[in-house]
Amino acid sequence: MKRFSKGVAIALIIFGVLAPFIPLLIWSVARRWYFPAILPTEWSLRGWSYAFSNASRLPQALRQSFAVSTTASLLAILIGMPAGRVLGLYKFRGKTLVEFLILAPTIVPAFAVVMGIHVLFIRYGLADTLSGVIIVHLIPTLPYVTLVLAGVFANYNVDYESQARSLGANTWQVIRYVMLPAIYPGVIVAGMFAFIISWSQYLLTLMIGGGRVLTLPLLLFSFASSGDNNVTAALSIIFILPAIALLVITSRYLTGRNASLGATRGN
Amino acid sequence: MSALQPRSRFTWERFRIPLLLAPALSVILLLFGGGLLLTLSQSFGYLPIIGKTEFSLAAWQAIFQRGEFWQSLFLTLWIGGVATLTSTILAILCALTLRKQFRGKKAITFLFQLNIPIPHIVGAIGILLLFSQSGLIARLANLAGMINDPAQFPALVNDRYAFGIIAEYVWKETCFIGTIVLATLQSVGEDYENAAASLGANRWQRFRYVTLPLIMPGVLTASILVFAFAFGAFEIPFLLGRRFPSALSVLAWRSYTDTDLALRPEAMAMSLFIALVSTGLILLYMTISRKLVRE
Repeated sequence: MKRFSKGVAIALIIFGVLAPFIPLLIWSVARRWYFPAILPTEWSLRGWSYAFSNASRLPQALRQSFAVSTTASLLAILIGMPAGRVLGLYKFRGKTLVEFLILAPTIVPAFAVVMGIHVLFIRYGLADTLSGVIIVHLIPTLPYVTLVLAGVFANYNVDYESQARSLGANTWQVIRYVMLPAIYPGVIVAGMFAFIISWSQYLLTLMIGGGRVLTLPLLLFSFASSGDNNVTAALSIIFILPAIALLVITSRYLTGRNASLGATRGN
Repeated sequence: MSALQPRSRFTWERFRIPLLLAPALSVILLLFGGGLLLTLSQSFGYLPIIGKTEFSLAAWQAIFQRGEFWQSLFLTLWIGGVATLTSTILAILCALTLRKQFRGKKAITFLFQLNIPIPHIVGAIGILLLFSQSGLIARLANLAGMINDPAQFPALVNDRYAFGIIAEYVWKETCFIGTIVLATLQSVGEDYENAAASLGANRWQRFRYVTLPLIMPGVLTASILVFAFAFGAFEIPFLLGRRFPSALSVLAWRSYTDTDLALRPEAMAMSLFIALVSTGLILLYMTISRKLVRE
């Protein structure tokens, strides 16, 4: 009885997690699927072939989404890494305030900020451009990268650096041959987090891109409100692929044994 | 030489922390802080660079006098409250189930984290295709003989009680809170519970007086994050909500994009109101997690 109820609970969890994906998968390959049919009466790959044709504007959306999300996450890592190191390794006066400032953009909705900025972006020619969109995507991504990297650095053993220094390494060599090899799994995880956050942005892109910048969520939104379930479902599945890749890769890194990180994780 | 070296190191040390913090902090202060200030000043109708030099409280007075604002605020609190409470309870139940030993545990724990990185928009579309009146659940209800016609199925998306919106949050945030609780449970182990059991505590007592206090800090902080997110989120109520009353973020957005430009200061005031509530929640979050570290 006890085993049985545990089995039911686990089955319910699996079903609950997967439930919204079921109609998405079916709709992406359905042709005719009217109420009350449980399964489509006619199947077709129209949703997929339309999605991949130029008519759906998916190629453009994929290009722009990749350009924005890759650039925004690389910038976020570059800008956030020094701060992550400080927050992970040191105690200092005013740390609480710094943490508050970095935490704030992860919780305060970014549209409240971007509504104010918009006017300036229009004035300085950043509105309706890819670079404008990339800049505002730093608002949600940079804090996450900094916080994830702070966690990574909290498990990083700085003593290796002083050993390298005592052997005559300069700052750049220490970064290149000691710090980066030790933290790179964490950096990849942080970068992928940033990528997904940027990849999922809808409102910020709409506001600053002004319809000129077309990313995947904007395309998905327009198909979702047009009611074309086949194409919407196909686009949704394409849209979540990076998230699934993130999960597969992070779960490997998180369980993988890395010498410099693993050495300090035990305590 | 030996007298000089500590001194030069000392000055480097002194500036190292501010220097390393500078890139991230200046971007955040400039974009985020500056952006908030610009929203604030525009909510007062004041922005000299576009020639608006008059300062007025009209927008703030207007939103607080608008019945729709209060209805939207109430709806937003309802959505955030119900979604947070439901996902917290479900998350604890899920974590208590998943901590046990069973076949395929690794795969199912992996699956449980699956929808954390999935964008909310996709979750919202999935919920729409599941719960709409011609959705998969209505079809199953028809198969079971409970309804004959889509119209007989209760409206669960774009509905009065915001069921669809809440369902999407619960679907996603249960996994978020649950993963945090599961991590706590697995790092603590079962020793305390076993000790309580050997002292004669029954299942409920073990949960109430041993397990719950252990997971409470994680549960509390995660719930605050979920509530804050639900309070300010835009995409889900935009796709799954009714037009009137709409969530606060949607109302702010509609005022912002209204052809009547006079509504813009009101949009700014409403967005800032959401930002203020979120800021209060961050302070609460930080206080609780700080206490947690100290204990």
